[in-house]
Amino acid sequence: MTPLLEAKHVSKHYGANTALSDLSMSIDTSKPAITAVVGESGSGKTTLARIILGLVPPSEGQVLYQGQDMARLSGTERRQFRRDVQAVFQDPYEVYNPFYRVDHVLTTPVRNFNLASSRAEGRTMIENALRAVGLRPEEILGRYPHQLSGGQRQRIMVARAVLMKPKLIVADEPVSMVDASLRATILTSLRKLTDEMGISIIYITHDLATAYQVSDNILVMYRACVAEAGAVERVVKHPQHPYTQLLISSIPQVSTTRDWLDDEGDQKTAATPSAHGCRFVDRCPVAMPKCSTTLPPLYRTEPARAAACFQHEASPTLPNGALNEVLTPTPS
Amino acid sequence: MNAILKVEGLKVEFDHPLGAVKAVDDVSFALQPGERLGLAGESGSGKSTMALSLLRMIKPPGRITAGRVSLDGTELSALDHEAMRHLRLAGIAMVPQGSMNSLNPVIRIKAQFADAFRDHGLKLSSAELDARVAELLRTVGLRPHVADLYPHELSGGMKQRACIAIAICLRPKVIIADEPTSALDVVVQRQVMETLARVQRDLGCAIILVGHDMGLMAQFVDRLGVMYAGRLVELAPIAEIITRPRHPYTQALISSLPSLEKRGAMQGIPGLAPLLRDLPPGCAFHPRCPRAEARCTTEKPAVREVAPNQQAACHFA
Repeated sequence: MTPLLEAKHVSKHYGANTALSDLSMSIDTSKPAITAVVGESGSGKTTLARIILGLVPPSEGQVLYQGQDMARLSGTERRQFRRDVQAVFQDPYEVYNPFYRVDHVLTTPVRNFNLASSRAEGRTMIENALRAVGLRPEEILGRYPHQLSGGQRQRIMVARAVLMKPKLIVADEPVSMVDASLRATILTSLRKLTDEMGISIIYITHDLATAYQVSDNILVMYRACVAEAGAVERVVKHPQHPYTQLLISSIPQVSTTRDWLDDEGDQKTAATPSAHGCRFVDRCPVAMPKCSTTLPPLYRTEPARAAACFQHEASPTLPNGALNEVLTPTPS
Repeated sequence: MNAILKVEGLKVEFDHPLGAVKAVDDVSFALQPGERLGLAGESGSGKSTMALSLLRMIKPPGRITAGRVSLDGTELSALDHEAMRHLRLAGIAMVPQGSMNSLNPVIRIKAQFADAFRDHGLKLSSAELDARVAELLRTVGLRPHVADLYPHELSGGMKQRACIAIAICLRPKVIIADEPTSALDVVVQRQVMETLARVQRDLGCAIILVGHDMGLMAQFVDRLGVMYAGRLVELAPIAEIITRPRHPYTQALISSLPSLEKRGAMQGIPGLAPLLRDLPPGCAFHPRCPRAEARCTTEKPAVREVAPNQQAACHFA
């Protein structure tokens, strides 16, 4: 079956900077799953999201939507794409017009896409979408954005996405601006969409701990490249790329063992990254001479895992474009 | 040991057409020299207002309506405007949340230090200023050339370090750090917190760390105060808080943190933080509390000593 979306050797350059380097993956929504894309600022995770959403064209390579090049979609196909693939962005404050009631962001898509045959049916659809994300319609509808909390506003954005009955939701840092106590609630409602409604989700985040909590698969990105990919349980519990290891050890844990600050932490080594070498070489505690000159490919170290590090040279390389082989579609 | 900072019965209210809103309600604690104290709570719990009130930086319609804050024996409310100005930075310094917005974008880093020195009556020659700034930057792990850069030329982590360097430039006795790393990624967060820890050790000053990340608190502070709806509902050594939280809200805050140990262990706190101008009767947490009983809906629990060095405001603590 043709996957919903397929990225083929996609790169994005901004001037001399490469934001995303030769990434290939497909998103097959027939087996719904949550895939987390994790990385620090500048890792290319948001660029990947924007390319998948069709908001920016790739500099090289192509993105296929149901087998068709995204750049050459007809008007009707583009409209279908706009329904199938929904976005939830970071800031639950900026997306609302303060002069409109929040109903506006829900009724507009119903009208634009003729989702309902009557006003009453539209209202029912909106109420169901709100309930799907754990909101009570009577507490939400008729209110202005400033009367709702950040967590409520962000869940309305998820409800708006759900309303379109999408196959895929791309959520770019959906919880980074809400309180820790509300993050769990929002992420749990995202998980439900996958488990109960069969919607696939790409969860873009810098927070590995929430990624571990909600996703099935994970892609760890570092400076435009995939550093490690695979089943989330394996990657988080036994990280194989030094960058993933650094990320995990950097998360402060609620524990009476206080080893977070005493740890060696991030080490800048003498090596400088060259255009050809591993992107992580200047921060890597185990860098070898060849790391400065050759970019390590992804090595398939386990059935559901690959790491781009020469420490795993003994494992077979994962051909570019075969990333999906290590992403398991089995929901937890 | 004598407390370096003593807060007694502090109240901050904001005027509102529907009546005064208590953002900080009768908070008392003492900070020991060299201690690291955490203040945790959700948005709207009053933790940042609490921090600002220690510097007497509450702006109208907010005002401090009761209580005393004393720094090393000096009662702050007795100080006039000028003396208070002098005490800020020199006595109590603040590392603000979101350093990107707190540095002046149109002047170089060095000039921001010069501002601080001049305002506190230090007359430094150009060479002295250069040497002081270079030394301060070195202390926070930045290279001297950063002095000549503008804020936009620095990364988020560098800006936050520059803010730490400014905060310590007059060797304060207390540093208040309000979510100093909330805008940074985890790797940089740890570097910045390591810098803060080292600087504090070298200076021997005390730190109040405001934030909501219980993981960060667990790894950094000696004692933790938990705020809810303007009240300090629990205050105890951090190990006690982690192993045996007395207040159900503290427990809920800990459980809301995503764990790397077990999937599915993350639980949100049900309901929403209450509106300060419309607090529920009795214990303000009772509508969200898993342990709430009839008594909690009518009777406001007092802050009481539940164990040595451990206080909580819960009927069941």
